[in-house]
Amino acid sequence: MPAYEPWDSARAAAVIADHAGMEGGTLPIFHALQEMFGYVPEAAIPMVAEALNLSRAEVHGVVTFYHDFRREPAGRHVLKLCRAEACQAAGGDALAARAESRLGVAMGETTADGRVTLEATYCLGLCATAPSAMLDGRVAGRLDEGRLDALVSEAQR
Amino acid sequence: MTLRFYISRDAGSEAVGIDDILAALTAAAKSKTVEIEIIRTGSRGLYWAEPLIEVATPAGRVAYGPLDVADVPSVLDAAMSGGEHPKRLGLTEEIPWLKRQTRLTFARCGIVDPRSLEDYRAHGGYKGLERAISLGPEAIVEEVVQSGLRGRGGAGFPTGIKWRTVAQTIAAQKYIVCNADEGDSGTFADRMIMEGDPFVLIEGMTIAGIAVGATKGYVYIRSEYPHAVAAMEAAVRAARRGGMLGANVGGSDYPFDIEVRMGAGAYVCGEETSLLESLEGRRGIVRAKPPLPAHKGLFGKPTVINNVISLASVPVVLAEGAAQYRDLGMGRSRGTMPIQLAGVAQFGGLFETAFGVTLGELVDDIGGGTWTGRPVRAVQVGGPLGAYFPRALFDTPFDYEAFAARDGLIGHAGVVVFDDTVNMARQARFAMEFCAIESCGKCTPCRIGSTRGVETMDRIIRNENRSANLVVLEDLCNTMKFGSLCALGGFTPYPVMSALTHFPEDFGASPTRLQAAE
Repeated sequence: MPAYEPWDSARAAAVIADHAGMEGGTLPIFHALQEMFGYVPEAAIPMVAEALNLSRAEVHGVVTFYHDFRREPAGRHVLKLCRAEACQAAGGDALAARAESRLGVAMGETTADGRVTLEATYCLGLCATAPSAMLDGRVAGRLDEGRLDALVSEAQR
Repeated sequence: MTLRFYISRDAGSEAVGIDDILAALTAAAKSKTVEIEIIRTGSRGLYWAEPLIEVATPAGRVAYGPLDVADVPSVLDAAMSGGEHPKRLGLTEEIPWLKRQTRLTFARCGIVDPRSLEDYRAHGGYKGLERAISLGPEAIVEEVVQSGLRGRGGAGFPTGIKWRTVAQTIAAQKYIVCNADEGDSGTFADRMIMEGDPFVLIEGMTIAGIAVGATKGYVYIRSEYPHAVAAMEAAVRAARRGGMLGANVGGSDYPFDIEVRMGAGAYVCGEETSLLESLEGRRGIVRAKPPLPAHKGLFGKPTVINNVISLASVPVVLAEGAAQYRDLGMGRSRGTMPIQLAGVAQFGGLFETAFGVTLGELVDDIGGGTWTGRPVRAVQVGGPLGAYFPRALFDTPFDYEAFAARDGLIGHAGVVVFDDTVNMARQARFAMEFCAIESCGKCTPCRIGSTRGVETMDRIIRNENRSANLVVLEDLCNTMKFGSLCALGGFTPYPVMSALTHFPEDFGASPTRLQAAE
């Protein structure tokens, strides 16, 4: 699992400064912040606005537009299940319902113990080996109930 | 003697356990004290036979697959002796599913080491650029126009005409933008080429840069493709080191460089103007056209924005000449299309072939029906914005105009196969739901229409005032189709209306059947 640092404004400032010279650097900055802290903390918004000479509203608008950017930390593991058509054709909906019931959360939620965040994704490009999923960046295809259960158990550890 | 194995590092191969196979192979070789050499490649696109490994023999590469870990020790024995094995598929190039393809854009994918510039050159790479440099900008554009190449992202606009517009626009700075935001379900051609042969995309973008006078290129890759991001970044670094990007591309006087950028999970950013907004660091909100990106694109400068496969097809056009490419295909669809077979297709994978193959050949013959063993009921061609076709339309040839004539689209050439367990009313509802989730919110027909569409579909599914709600649905679809700013709202009616037109029984014509299909 990825190890994230606790919020540190000096570290954030350094990351922002690294990217401030890029043309249109907002997304690369948010990606870098999220890679460091596991989410994009609210405290970073005015810092990004200041560095890029944008309004806080503009920066808030960008960070909230994109599905990827988290506004609060995720669980220790993130299990993404593909919910798009190719996976639907291969029984993905039933697997998604199974994952929700086994974890006791709905898509987009984190388990109460903070271990697992379950998310829907719309296509991992693994459509010839559907249904597919991604656990913390590792891809898995040809899921059936057994393989899904193994992924869920791994995420719960 | 050292046995040389070729093993894919493609995400699709990883998803079905290639890393476990590799570990088992290394362990088996150690215990049998056999010297082996491993070359990591991209995928051949035969996902139905993966995990697949290939071994070098004097006659060519021999493939084994689909493998379980337990198969590996005996496969190693067979590879050493040249003997038979139940998982032996024979010479890879002779596997009928691969042999009947016409691989131009994907000629090297699955064969070369995607991290090696030398390997790319050894397999004919950079021949297109070499010829492009000798031809000069105007002749390159003319060559691409003559090839008949059209945008492979879905819209099918002639690539050469787009380039000519940018070439003729005077500006101090121009850009090449590669749209690698391949969000359509059922498609993975962009991902495969970026992971398996990234230099061909770099070469294509470089040729585009020389043709139109652009010195900087961006590849905008969706964040769902971390393997592709890593492969492209490594290839860009290797190309820079090798002098194929930078101030003097390939020793010429042309400067060109590429930067890889990652999206952030917004489907709408596959729409070209949203993508440009996103690259500029803003919300991925669609821009009204005109101005065209060719006149005012990235940072307001003239910009060529092309799909991955369009750009990756340019090197072979330049290397082999426009005529050879143009001679393939049918009607106004020239050349080859990397078609992706997905869903429950028994033989799912990448099938590059000349335009003109029928949908029926693709699904029944090449795709082999379904792996569930149930009959094929519907196929969705062209991603979440593409129409659902029933068997009755399986005589449709793969061609931009032929699909349009039947109220469909080929899009990015993904073919998702559904068996008879599918409920088409649910698929229609999902099309609206997906549009509601992904709408950028700029135009009303898409933003509001999609949400009203979900509600209306829910009423239809609940059999609530059904006939009146079907009229509302059709009206909503017309409003979205003709009133939306971009293809997200504009094309969502395709899956909805095609499901309703071709599968009316799922919308209540026969309520018992609707329940049975649940």
